[in-house]
Amino acid sequence: MQDALVIAGREFGSRLFLGTGKFPSNDALEAAIVASGTEMVTVALRRIDRTADQDILDGVNPERVLLLTNTSGADDAEEAVRLARLARAGGYPTWIKLEITPEPRYLLPDGVETLKAAEILCAEGFTVLPYVNADPVLCKRLEDVGCATVMPLGSWIGSNQGLRTKAALEIIIEQSRVPVVVDAGIGAPSQAAEAMEMGAGAVLVNTAIGTAGDPAAMGDAFRMAVEAGRLAFRSGLPSVGRAADASSPLTGFLAS
Amino acid sequence: MLESRPDGVPDDSAAAELLSTDLSGFRGLAQEATPADVDRALSTGRRSLADLGALLSPAAAARLEEMAGLAHTASVRRFGKVVRLFAPLYLSNECVSACTYCGFSAGNEIARRTLSPDEVAAEARELTSRGFRHVLLVAGEHARIVSKDYLVDCVRALAPDVPSISLETQVWDTTTYRRLVNAGCEGLVVYQETYDRDTYAAAHLKGKKRNYDWRLGAPDRGAEAGMRSLAVGALLGLHPDWRAEVLALAAHAQALSRRWWRCEVAVSLPRLRPAAGDFEPTRAVTDREYVQILCALRLALPDVGITLSTRESAAFRDAAFRMGVTQMSAGSHTEPGGYVDPGRAEPQFEVSDTRSAAEVAAALRLAGYDPVWKDTIGARVKDAIPTARVKDAIPTAQSRP
Repeated sequence: MQDALVIAGREFGSRLFLGTGKFPSNDALEAAIVASGTEMVTVALRRIDRTADQDILDGVNPERVLLLTNTSGADDAEEAVRLARLARAGGYPTWIKLEITPEPRYLLPDGVETLKAAEILCAEGFTVLPYVNADPVLCKRLEDVGCATVMPLGSWIGSNQGLRTKAALEIIIEQSRVPVVVDAGIGAPSQAAEAMEMGAGAVLVNTAIGTAGDPAAMGDAFRMAVEAGRLAFRSGLPSVGRAADASSPLTGFLAS
Repeated sequence: MLESRPDGVPDDSAAAELLSTDLSGFRGLAQEATPADVDRALSTGRRSLADLGALLSPAAAARLEEMAGLAHTASVRRFGKVVRLFAPLYLSNECVSACTYCGFSAGNEIARRTLSPDEVAAEARELTSRGFRHVLLVAGEHARIVSKDYLVDCVRALAPDVPSISLETQVWDTTTYRRLVNAGCEGLVVYQETYDRDTYAAAHLKGKKRNYDWRLGAPDRGAEAGMRSLAVGALLGLHPDWRAEVLALAAHAQALSRRWWRCEVAVSLPRLRPAAGDFEPTRAVTDREYVQILCALRLALPDVGITLSTRESAAFRDAAFRMGVTQMSAGSHTEPGGYVDPGRAEPQFEVSDTRSAAEVAAALRLAGYDPVWKDTIGARVKDAIPTARVKDAIPTAQSRP
């Protein structure tokens, strides 16, 4: 069954995106990328240092994955736009994960600034994937200005709390005309599967894999969970009933 | 020219919030918490200053291993298996203040030196060749020799080569901090030294540093000027009650986080080291107590950065950093010019961990951690940004040598 994810005209065989923070080493990152099967990896521009002996990009093979640079650290639209332009000037792909998180403790996204920056970057030809609160109206506004996806949070970044915004995510998925990537807060493969079962286009995972005892094995676990969740969604999950619903109905013997 | 400094601290500042916080109850808990208080503090999700008090108490000392496990887990989840490395760059050891514990103190007959901006740039090049991208500029207090203009010149000289510049000097007014931010400075470090007013007065004998409130308000002024990160600290060994110092420091960090919600806030609590002037710490904090402090801070302030400096020994740092430390200095020299031309001036204090930066990084890797050299988008400059600095902040995909 053909089921590729298409974002801005590009096909992805995997619906698992990977963040690159918090890994114990570049080798661990590289192994997790391979094991997870991911084809899209996001790296903070602020971490990139091609002049250093060792750099985070050493763990990311551009043949295997699309490098999605992100604007992490930006605290308003102006800074995010500046970072995106720098990335383009530096020769990196023009796919940008737009992150504007002025508050460094919960790293919650600023919707007002995100919309401003998205409008500018889309107009300048960037492929913009914005990280946002699970706000259905904001997601529609971002879609209207040309964003390639929306990336609402399941819960706070790095919290491993799962889909605490589930009710809002359901509305976003129902209304969206671009892929919905559930980003942030996914702490276990079962939570990734849950997002996929709901109809998310993809999930982005970082902390749960980067800080696992064995990041590669956890990457593999997430790969399977995302595939299982997607397959379940495609197959049509049964509805949840309130009362018992016998698989062989008691009145089945009656002629209809 | 002497400038007059207002007394007190501005309303609506973190300093004012700290001064209006009654810490006495928490200090009581820190001395006399019961095992039940400790239980509650360990099992709760969001911890208050009362919980911090309980975690600093003698009763909590019996639960140190449990605290360490929780602190380690909280740290890995929030920050990952990474430690940011930085280096102090001493600009000058000239000082007009007399502080009992500091090697640079005005009365000490020591070899004094102030680097020219060119010499500062040479030191920075040496540091970047060793891998550093985060540099902390440090200087003694001398308003004429280590002037505002001098500091702005130094920051401007470094900005093309150093993506992250922070400052630890005498404290300044908002206007000066704004000039420094616009020159490329992104972080401000201010040690209150001690939060106890009497101890502060007894340790600071001469100079503008005697003004406790002006110093306490400095992080607020820096934040107002656009500093992206704020670090506050206290020296362990000045005030006899270290628990009281930790509580005040934590309350200050918390108030700063609330007031300046865009700023990253970090804390630092160095144990005093031998220095010129023969100061003796009032009461040495033991290794065990120090680990308890690190764990308690991590648990009470889960999002605040914690710095562990080369004042601590290599063996201690290699073991203790897992309990919540987010950044470490490495290969430090505490005398001006110490990286290019060591030994020509008096150091501020003797470093204890004398390993090179590469050796510290290797030890972190061996422990399964990633030493992070660069993690910054640069100063919060709102006007035109010097092209060179921007170019260097994020080098191109092809620029790898």
